[in-house]
Amino acid sequence: MPIDNGIRAFAITEQIDETPTIRTVHLDGSMHAQPGQFVMVWVPGKDEFPMSVSYPGELFGITYKVAGEGTRHLSVMKPGEKIGVRGPYGKGYSIEGESILAVAGGTGMAALAPMVDLAVASGASVDVVLGARTQSELLFRTRCERSGAAVHITTDDGSDGSKGLATDKARELLEAGDHDMMYTCGPERMIVGLLELSGTTGVPMQASLERYMKCGIGICDSCAIDGKHVCVDGPVFSHEVLSKLSDLGRTRLNPSGGRIPIE
Amino acid sequence: MTELEVDIAGIRMRNPTMLASGILNETGRSMVDIAKAGAGAVVTKSVGLEPREGHTNPCIVELECGLINAMGLPNPGIDAYLEEVAVAQGGGVPVIGSVFGGSEEEIAEVARRMASAGVAAVELNLSCPHAEGLGAEIGSTPDMVERICRAVKAGVEVPIFAKLTPNTSSIASLASAAEEGGADGIVAINTLKAMAICPELGRPILSNRFGGLSGKAVRAVGVRCVYEIFDAVTIPIIGVGGVTTSKDALEYIMAGATAVQMGTAIWSEGVGVFSDVCDGLAKFMKANDYGSVEEMKGIAHR
Ligand SMILES: Cc1cc2nc3c(=O)[nH]c(=O)nc-3n(C[C@H](O)[C@H](O)[C@H](O)COP(=O)(O)OP(=O)(O)OC[C@H]3O[C@@H](n4cnc5c(N)ncnc54)[C@H](O)[C@@H]3O)c2cc1C
Ligand SMILES: Cc1cc2nc3c(=O)[nH]c(=O)nc-3n(C[C@H](O)[C@H](O)[C@H](O)COP(=O)(O)O)c2cc1C
Repeated sequence: MPIDNGIRAFAITEQIDETPTIRTVHLDGSMHAQPGQFVMVWVPGKDEFPMSVSYPGELFGITYKVAGEGTRHLSVMKPGEKIGVRGPYGKGYSIEGESILAVAGGTGMAALAPMVDLAVASGASVDVVLGARTQSELLFRTRCERSGAAVHITTDDGSDGSKGLATDKARELLEAGDHDMMYTCGPERMIVGLLELSGTTGVPMQASLERYMKCGIGICDSCAIDGKHVCVDGPVFSHEVLSKLSDLGRTRLNPSGGRIPIE
Repeated sequence: MTELEVDIAGIRMRNPTMLASGILNETGRSMVDIAKAGAGAVVTKSVGLEPREGHTNPCIVELECGLINAMGLPNPGIDAYLEEVAVAQGGGVPVIGSVFGGSEEEIAEVARRMASAGVAAVELNLSCPHAEGLGAEIGSTPDMVERICRAVKAGVEVPIFAKLTPNTSSIASLASAAEEGGADGIVAINTLKAMAICPELGRPILSNRFGGLSGKAVRAVGVRCVYEIFDAVTIPIIGVGGVTTSKDALEYIMAGATAVQMGTAIWSEGVGVFSDVCDGLAKFMKANDYGSVEEMKGIAHR
């Protein structure tokens, strides 16, 4: 339910370097979000953009990579300075299954980490495939290990774990194991690869998608993908829905609503 | 003709509800889904000649009683958008193309290209309150409204509807000017110019500072505008602004509207709002012995 103009102001309590390019900002209030839900983060005078809630609850935080102007301004803000937040929005991961495989690429781990925490706490056995360009960019490795998940590392340059794609490691684990649900967040090409794996192995999956967002509340159509809206119908979609999205892995809308190919 | 069918400037609609411009109509597929959800017609996003990204975020504020938006007319440009229009036409209901521009020549050109896609009518956005040099900035005087309507009318065969701003001292004189310029219908109202401030941050929330208020908060203003316009023109009126229930639609119809558009209600109620409003209208008409929407039109002028 919208309150106080929808936006709430939060003071920054600390900024933590997670990797050389990824930081977590903690805020001085609580955010009761389901794993996979997101908030719209307003850096006053600069921009407002969607970010997954990487720390729900009292420790409220988001974990971001500097991708452009808005995130760059956020990265130089000091404790005590205030930002605006609205949300939580969207449909997160629904936690089901006793043997879970989570596959994260890059900052995708920000969305998946609360899911891993909750799944382990509820007694599931959890395998996490954590993929990154290089060792220093592996996000939340210690957090996942501490929560009790089995962490499998892949890096593009082979500096840690196995050299190669997260999808290759996921295939290996799916073929050897008895997983009953797969969760993922990361580059769209990885999600497309995992959707294929879900089809061949019969292990159902839930994936979080990204599209350019403006309103965040299901009215502007900016984040449309085949009639679904990432902000309200997603960002997490089940494999039944994903397999019907003809734009998945192919096109997205730019800020003016024009269709552009996905790299 | 079933009881809910209406005819606006020769366009036959299965019911008097339409999707308003700017809400879930950037993509053709979303408009098809709105048609499937029960709308009698869909209006497209307002498009111009060239691509526009619109205003920087934040461009929306949620209130208890509605929304303030300053999207800033984002659109991919008319030529690219015609692909979405073609998809929308698969929805099986009339598609009305909304256009904007910075001058009468520009609007006429966009309207001509929109009409070439085979839309049922063209709606002229003369009323967006938050885009410099566009929308309400060129549609606030009767003289400009008349000139724009005349210029557009000269270039297209399909009916043209003028969408007017309530941010004026006399919306009725804008409507008369549109009729004089050859408009086949009036759409009223666009959003009311508005602002929201975040006290903790001590600044307006919208990057554009100003935006347009929509939703329940504006319904009573919209109904008053339609009532005034009904007394000023003979062309049909489409009522917009805060329609959320069949009772709201009835207010607009009895004030003089032939049909209503809905936008913000999709946020508060979901897309089921189109069939809910239609069901409520049918029930009311049955209980009160009205045989058609036309019979109720403007009856509050007594
Ligand atoms: C549901 C969702 C959850 C996300 N969660 C995270 C997260 O936890 N951590 C993280 O690092 N990133 C996340 N992102 C991506 C993040 O929103 C962008 O990286 C961020 O908006 C960049 O903003 P900027 O102003 O710094 O960059 P800009 O210079 O404005 O743009 C850089 C790139 O960022 C993307 N982007 C910019 N604005 C938006 C927007 N309004 N909506 C979507 N994408 C945008 C575009 O692809 C653009 O090319 C998420 C995106 C979505 C849709
Ligand atoms: C997010 C948003 C975007 C809008 N964009 C447009 C637009 O592009 N063109 C236009 O003529 N009206 C636009 N409007 C105004 C609506 O079409 C409508 O006139 C107004 O919102 C009142 O109706 P409602 O209360 O049912 O939403 C927009 C409204 C909203 C909320």
